[in-house]
Amino acid sequence: MLPDTRDVILNIIMLNYLSKKSFELLITFFGITLVSFFLINLTPGKPTDALSELNPKMTPEARAILEKHWGLDKPIHIRYGIWLKNVSRLDFGNSLSSDMRPAWDKIREKLPITILINSIAIFFIFLIAVPIGIHSAVKANSLSDKLTTLAVFVGFAMPTFWLALILQFIFGVWLNVLPVSGIKSLNYESLSLLQKFFDSTRHLCLPIFITVFGSLAGISRYMRSTMQEALSQEYIVTARAKGLSESKVVYKHALRNAVLPVITIVGLSIPGLISGSVIFETIFAIPGVGQLLYQAAMSRDYNVIMAEVVMVSVLTLLGNLLADIGYALADPRIRVR
Amino acid sequence: MFWKRFKKNKLALTGAILVFGLLVIAILAPFVSPYDPNIINMDDVLQAPGSRHILGTDDLGRDILSRMIYGTRISLSVGFVAIAIATIIGIILGSLAGYYGKLIDSLIMRLVDIMLSVPTFFLLLTIIAIVGPSIWIVMFVIGLTGWMSIARLVRAEFLTLKEREFVLAARSIGASDARIIFKHILPNAMSPVYVSFILGVAGAILMESGLSFLGFGVQPPTPSWGNILTAGREYMEVAWWLIFFPGLAILLTCLSYYILGEGIRQALDPKLKI
Repeated sequence: MLPDTRDVILNIIMLNYLSKKSFELLITFFGITLVSFFLINLTPGKPTDALSELNPKMTPEARAILEKHWGLDKPIHIRYGIWLKNVSRLDFGNSLSSDMRPAWDKIREKLPITILINSIAIFFIFLIAVPIGIHSAVKANSLSDKLTTLAVFVGFAMPTFWLALILQFIFGVWLNVLPVSGIKSLNYESLSLLQKFFDSTRHLCLPIFITVFGSLAGISRYMRSTMQEALSQEYIVTARAKGLSESKVVYKHALRNAVLPVITIVGLSIPGLISGSVIFETIFAIPGVGQLLYQAAMSRDYNVIMAEVVMVSVLTLLGNLLADIGYALADPRIRVR
Repeated sequence: MFWKRFKKNKLALTGAILVFGLLVIAILAPFVSPYDPNIINMDDVLQAPGSRHILGTDDLGRDILSRMIYGTRISLSVGFVAIAIATIIGIILGSLAGYYGKLIDSLIMRLVDIMLSVPTFFLLLTIIAIVGPSIWIVMFVIGLTGWMSIARLVRAEFLTLKEREFVLAARSIGASDARIIFKHILPNAMSPVYVSFILGVAGAILMESGLSFLGFGVQPPTPSWGNILTAGREYMEVAWWLIFFPGLAILLTCLSYYILGEGIRQALDPKLKI
């Protein structure tokens, strides 16, 4: 076969695979919106309760007008249809809080800081968790593996908000070396570019550390099991039998196969990371989407909540799609499955 | 065989003893706690840990050790009930998907995929915010959003078990589907579920403490480890013991559940993947 014909065929297979994946993701997306919309809207209590409950001037007629204004008088499946149509135009409705701004605008301005913190965190999670996993798998059942395993369990069992509070206390109050809240100092505007960078770094240190810590255990554990599986394959025996050095066997033959499944975990770990953001953004007073969700939940701001759910789901599904593409590019067997 | 292998694992044995000890403390709370957990004593406000109050007192002069002992009851009940709900849902959906296959299987597995991509913590917060936080709601929603991994495990077991001869034998003597599922296959599919249950209890305790921390968990004056810690946050700079000990209790409890779960996993089947 001519080389370029082969490329064309490979491209077609790849496109076929991607369109199938994208279609699956689209269905999952509708499922997510359906489940979330119905769960939230069928829970007893209405968005207008927050406005009407404590208001002595509220009459039944006024309440009906209010409900009609927010479209709550229609049956739920019709409301879902209307909502979905608006969402396709990126219109999530207005926030029910006092500022009444479009929900999407509120999220858009808070998204960058959350994404920044979580992206840096993901980078460090892989940088640290992958070597830990490899080490535990290669030295399985040795003393150092047992100690790492125990450390991993401590990581699993750690209430991260507690760790955040303790670190905030130690570094912020007791040693007084790191700022305890916010993302910039009061004099931020007057600083030079380099000083601005250092100022932000100092503020983001603890939040990033907490996020990394929260995911380290899971990812390193997963890396350990995929690496162990790779090391038990026959091609490893072959590689050893033909006299390759142990480091070549581990890092060239086993690692390449073991690290791929770990990369696909990124997509699935996004909901967990953003849930973590709710907690640490509240503790460290960081104006991101996590803090916004907390405020929205407190004030039963349905439109903002649904917009957040959609935003996180889209991020998760995009993460999954990217992982799938990377996986298919690296491993030809996946494409034809 | 199981017990022989389990006994050799010192770490897991420690975990089992700690888990058992906590259960005893929870059950005997009124007898082992030195003070009434809700008695307010304004003469003993914010006392540091000492001989009279081993773990100190809070801003209302309540004894922290006693509150934490009663908190053990709440935290463990939330953990157990929530995971029991998740396990029941997971077993039912997993069995149906694995046994019937085809359309039922793809529908249920699609639902699992959806639930895994939904930011469940967001939904938890929202539903609790709407209904109002209570211990029952917290148990219920944690259970409702945590069944996916158990459903997957049970389904995987069913897929291999349903092809075995004893199922064919049961079917050939005319056993109903329900009988085959619950009497013949399910008892053989339970080992990964036990492990997952133990690990899930720890997960649910952590989840409750996280929710309590945000003010959406078990509400004061009922003491849970999460809300003792949260209430202590205001006094963090003058009374470190208010946040230190409850957090430590959560950490050690979950740690013992995790090492117990891991020990059971290794003793049941070293190759079992969870």
